[in-house]
Amino acid sequence: MTREISIRVENLGKQYRITQSEQYKTLQDAITRSVKAPFCRIKDILGPNSENHDQILFWALRGVSFEVVQGEVVGIIGRNGSGKSTLLKILSRITPPTEGTAEIHGRVGSLLEVGTGFHPELTGRENIYLSGSILGMRKCEINDQFDEIVKFSEIEKYLDTPVKRYSSGMYVRLAFAVAAHLDPEILMVDEVLAVGDVAFQKKCLGKISDVASGGRTVLFVSHNMGAIQQLCEKAILLERGALLEFSSATDAIHRYHHLMREKTFFDSIYFNGTLKHVLEFKELTINDKNPSEEIIIVSPSSQIELKVIGLCMEDIPRFRVAFSLFKDGTRVLTQHDVVEPKFLEKGLFESKIKIPPFLLRPGEYSVSLGGNQYIGHEWIWGADLAEFLVVEEWSSNYGFDDPGIINIPHDGERLMIK
Amino acid sequence: MDKSGDFRVSEDVPIINIHPLNGWVPIDLKEIWDYRELLQTFVVRDIKVRYKQTALGAAWAVIQPLLMMVVFTLFFGKLAKIPSEGIPYPIFSYAALLPWTLFSEGLTRSTSSMITNSGIMTKVYFPRLIMPISGVISPLVDFAIAFVILLGMMLYFGFFPTVNIIWLPAFILLALATSLGVGLWLSALNVQYRDFQYTVPFLIQLWLFASPVVYPSNLLPEPYRMIYGLNPMAGVIEGFRWVLLGTTPPSSLMAVSVGVVIAVLISGAFYFRRMEKTFADVV
Repeated sequence: MTREISIRVENLGKQYRITQSEQYKTLQDAITRSVKAPFCRIKDILGPNSENHDQILFWALRGVSFEVVQGEVVGIIGRNGSGKSTLLKILSRITPPTEGTAEIHGRVGSLLEVGTGFHPELTGRENIYLSGSILGMRKCEINDQFDEIVKFSEIEKYLDTPVKRYSSGMYVRLAFAVAAHLDPEILMVDEVLAVGDVAFQKKCLGKISDVASGGRTVLFVSHNMGAIQQLCEKAILLERGALLEFSSATDAIHRYHHLMREKTFFDSIYFNGTLKHVLEFKELTINDKNPSEEIIIVSPSSQIELKVIGLCMEDIPRFRVAFSLFKDGTRVLTQHDVVEPKFLEKGLFESKIKIPPFLLRPGEYSVSLGGNQYIGHEWIWGADLAEFLVVEEWSSNYGFDDPGIINIPHDGERLMIK
Repeated sequence: MDKSGDFRVSEDVPIINIHPLNGWVPIDLKEIWDYRELLQTFVVRDIKVRYKQTALGAAWAVIQPLLMMVVFTLFFGKLAKIPSEGIPYPIFSYAALLPWTLFSEGLTRSTSSMITNSGIMTKVYFPRLIMPISGVISPLVDFAIAFVILLGMMLYFGFFPTVNIIWLPAFILLALATSLGVGLWLSALNVQYRDFQYTVPFLIQLWLFASPVVYPSNLLPEPYRMIYGLNPMAGVIEGFRWVLLGTTPPSSLMAVSVGVVIAVLISGAFYFRRMEKTFADVV
C-alpha cells in the first residue's frame, strides 16, 4: 500500500530579531534619543521588513527538511531552545517561516498548551464550546462529542460552575478533554502532558495513541523520552535549529541522550556558597543511574537511593551533605547524609540517602544538592541539578487517585459500634 | 505518482501551503467566511463576559448613553442653547449618541483585541482579522438595548419613523465599517507599540466633539460641510437623525463619508495583513 504524504517540509527556516536595548550614557543622551525615537520608529511602523541596526538576528530554525506520511506518529525531541516549538508553530501556521516551504495535507489541530482560549468567567460548559471552536472544531462536532468530553474530563458536577472556581487539576482535565476530542487529519502536540497528575497523563497518552492508531498523523514534541518511545515510530532530533537526525524513535532518543551527556551538570557554575571552591560534587546517581544520561523513571514500589560522589579539597571540621527534592516548585523533603554535621576529610567521598518506597506520589521531582555546617556560615548549594520521574503503577493497590501531597501505607479499619 | 488520484486527497482534505510572507498579503475573504463560526464564538464570548460580576448587568448599555444625554441636554441644550434643528435636544443628542457609542466601543475593543487575545493568538491559527471584526460586532447588542429606549423616546416626543427607516441598517453598517477601518489600523499598530492603547480614549474624546453629536452639522456653511464629511462619523450621525427624526438628508456630506470609510477600511485591512505575520512573534 502506498502511503500518502501528510507533511512535507523543505528547507524550512525561521529568523528572529532581538532588539538590543541601547545603553544611555547620560541623561541628556537619554532625552535626545527618546525625543528622536518617534521619528526613527516611523520607518518601522510602515513595514516589518525595514532593517534596524540595534537588532541581533538569529536563526531559531534553519534548513530543516523532512517528510511525514499519513498515519505516522513522529516525535520531535531536542534540548531546550533547539527549535522544537518554533517548528511546531510554523507548521501550525501561528508564525510564518522566513524561508523554505511546507505542505500540509489535511486539517491541522494544534495543541500547544492546555486550555487554549479558556475564559475564567465562563462555565465549564461554555468553555467546552469556546475552546473547542478556537481549536478548530465545528459546533456540530462539539455537540456530537459533548457527552464524551464531559465524561473524559470527570467534572460532570461542576459543568455549570465558572472555571475560575475550578481546582487546577479540574481545569487541566477539562482543557485536555476538549483538546483530546479534536479530530483533525493532523494533530500537533507540544508538551501538554507536562501538566496534570500522572494518572491523567497516562489517560492523555492513551488518547493520543488512540488518535494515532486511527490513522491520524501526529507530531509530538516532548522532553519525556518514555512517552516518545512509547508513542512514536519515528523521531526528529533538533539541535540549534538544525535537523540532526530523523530516524526510528529508538535511534533518535539514543542520539539525544548522547547529546545530553555533553552537558555536564556538575560544573562548579551550578553551585553557590562559601564552600564553592573547597568542595566539588562530581557525580549524582539515582538508583545507580546517571540522570544526565537517561531519564530516570522510578516506580513507587521501589526504594530510591540518591548518591553523590564528591571531592573535598581541604579538611572541613563540621559538614553534612543535604539532598532536597522539589516537586512543582515545592520542597518535598530534605535529608542529610549524617544527622549531626561532622568532620569531612580531604579527598573523595560518597554520600547517600534512601527514600522508602510508596512515599513519593507520582510526578516529576527535581533534585537539589549541597551542604552546610548546621551552625555556622559555611555552605554550598546547587539547585535543580537532576530530575527523576515517579510513575504510577497500575498493578498496585495504592490509592494514587486519592488526592494529597504524600502517600502513606494503608492502615485503617472500620468497626461497628454496638 | 499521480497525487491527485490518491484516495483522501479530494474536497475534504485541504492542502495547506506554508511559505514565507513578504510585503503585502492579499485579504482572503473566503477564509474569513469559513471561520464564521469562530467569529460568532468570539462575539458570543465577549457579550457573555462583558457584564459578568456586574450588579446592573446589561442596564449599563442604557445607562451610559442616557447619562450622557442628560448632561448634554443640560449644558449644551439648556445652558449653551446650541441649536438642534428644531428637535427636542434630548432626542437630538440621544439619536447621535447611539451610533457614537457603537462606534467608540467597537473602536476600543477592536484596538485592544490583539492584545487581550494574545494568549490564543500565539497558540492557534485562525485568520487574525477575526479578532478586530469580533470587537466591532459585539457592541451591537448594547446598541440594540439602547435602541429600545430611543424608540420609547420617539414615541414620547411624537416622532414616527418614515419610510426612510429602511436606510437605518446602512448607517449602522457605516458606523461598524468606520470603527473597523480605524480599529484595524490601531490594532495592528498596538501590537508593536502599546502607545496606541493610550491614544484611543483620547482620540475618542477628541472625535466626539469633532462629530455632530452635541450640535448639528448645518452650523457649517455648505462648502465646508462637505469637507466635514471627511469625518465619517458626521455622515453616520446625520444619517441617523435623517432617518429617525426627519432632518434634512445629508447627501453631499454622506458621499464624502462613505468614500472615506471605504478608503480607511481597505487600507486598514491591507496594513493589518501586512503586519499580521509578525503578531505571534511580537505580542
